[in-house]
Amino acid sequence: MISNLINNKIFTLLKVQYSNMLEYRVEIALWAISGIIPFFMLNIWTSNNLNESINISDVLLSRYFLCAFFVRQFSVVWVVFSFEEDSLMGKVSPYLIQPLNPFFRYFAQHLAEQITRFPFALIIAFFFFIFNPETIWIPNLSILILSILSTFLSFLIQFLIQSIVACLCFWTEKASSIERLLFIPTLFLSGLLAPVVSFPEYVKSWIYLTPFPYLIDFPANLLSGNETNIRGGLSMQILWIFLLFPLFKKIWSEGTKKYTAMGS
Amino acid sequence: MVQNIIDVRNLSKSFDISSKEPGLKGTIKHFFRRQTKSLKVIKDISFEIKEGEIVGFLGANGAGKTTILKMLCGLIYPSEGSILVSGYLPFRRKENFLKNITLIMGQKQQLIWDLPPIESFYLNAAIYGLDKFEAKKRIKKLSEMLEIDEELFIPVRKLSLGQRMKSELLAALIHEPNILFLDEPTLGLDINAQRNLRKFLQNYNKETNATICLTSHYMKDITSLCKRVICVHEGEISYDGKLDLLLKKLSPVKEIIIVCRSEEDAIKLENSGFTIKNKIKNEITIKIDNNSITSSLKTILNNFDIEDLFINEPPVDEIIGKVLIKKDYDI
Repeated sequence: MISNLINNKIFTLLKVQYSNMLEYRVEIALWAISGIIPFFMLNIWTSNNLNESINISDVLLSRYFLCAFFVRQFSVVWVVFSFEEDSLMGKVSPYLIQPLNPFFRYFAQHLAEQITRFPFALIIAFFFFIFNPETIWIPNLSILILSILSTFLSFLIQFLIQSIVACLCFWTEKASSIERLLFIPTLFLSGLLAPVVSFPEYVKSWIYLTPFPYLIDFPANLLSGNETNIRGGLSMQILWIFLLFPLFKKIWSEGTKKYTAMGS
Repeated sequence: MVQNIIDVRNLSKSFDISSKEPGLKGTIKHFFRRQTKSLKVIKDISFEIKEGEIVGFLGANGAGKTTILKMLCGLIYPSEGSILVSGYLPFRRKENFLKNITLIMGQKQQLIWDLPPIESFYLNAAIYGLDKFEAKKRIKKLSEMLEIDEELFIPVRKLSLGQRMKSELLAALIHEPNILFLDEPTLGLDINAQRNLRKFLQNYNKETNATICLTSHYMKDITSLCKRVICVHEGEISYDGKLDLLLKKLSPVKEIIIVCRSEEDAIKLENSGFTIKNKIKNEITIKIDNNSITSSLKTILNNFDIEDLFINEPPVDEIIGKVLIKKDYDI
């Protein structure tokens, strides 16, 4: 009975947000196109033969960056910006007095946006394979399922990090500036610009203690068939979710006490 | 005996406000040393509201009416004192409490801007745990009461303000709450839309015995919906009681314009002991105490040859305006 109700809530929320996202399909297509940083990075790496220094073949590196593109497409998070705007404009007020945490709405928005994004990402991948036919590969089913799971976990980690930062709106009002600070390590340490394996050994050991390599590098390596510690990677992703979730709950509970419902 | 559904005791709310001097010097000073002060916007107020009552909160801009509503519905945390709404502490936002209340803010919307309202209705229905069949039934009933039909299927961004407000109401009432907090619900609506909304709220209160707490700057909303008003002045309650009592107290006399058939009758009336405001030929304006209005009119009609007679009700806005700038009314 309870699970039915929850399913009904989540399913309806997803359905409505998907309808809403379809209203923005052109914008979403543009967003998908704007996520092609990994392809630029691939070009820089291959044209300068940088991959030789880390013993990765051109084909594997191409697959890595294509997978990085895919993982990024399905783990990109912008909740801090939406929440900040809604909070400053008082739009979050009606949601706060509904029997559903407002972050579920943002969560559903992100999932709906990913579903909308999917065909555009496939089209981009199609063109990638046309220009790089040697990179075509078919991952086995278990790897594919684990990669999807790992990408979803990566999305959860990013969603929780940004939600924690978003809750700082209750104190600072401009929490997105803190998110910008986090964007720098996300960009450099996540594997979006370079596989983490390319970092010096002593730096790598520190990087793997942070959540960043589990956002892009681990799922992209997993999907592209590069050597990776699957059990270790998934465990670290789950560990970070277990660490971040209570922190989010605590900061949400303290933050809502500070809420002044301004703008409404 | 009717139960108290809202019980507020010694409630206060303070906000930290930062202030900045004007000009470049002030900006630089503000950058390095931000000055904040605690501003008490609600000061030790207490009141109760009974189940089924419609209570109007009156006050000038910034008096604290909306802050009180926000605390009552659990949106903001009180600094001191206690609030019990339907037996719950609002700020804890327990599911059963949230299913019992709704907040409608005239200038804010919860409908999804790019989708037709019907999508938001089904979403809200799911959030409040209603199944599709029940949701459909309630949407039909409320849309009939609100007289909206085709608008349900048009994207919100293309609806007029009045249509949007009706849809907002429907979205906010789909879970059939027992307590409605309405913050300026008729803001920006035209006269007909305002009247329809008031009619709807009256019917809703009658049918469901819902308690309604309302703030509005339109006196017509208050006079046609609320028997009881709570006047808030600078965060304190300056009056809590019946609206008609307040009006009588603030405007104890009525002006009667009497047109006599002849000037002789007018002179006779002028000298008959009534308080005369002015006299122009055979038209006399007299002031009569509210308590003796019936007997006075009887005397006038029996003793003088009257061609016409008007009772000039003082404008409610004017009377209430006095309350908004004064601290205490001892009724």
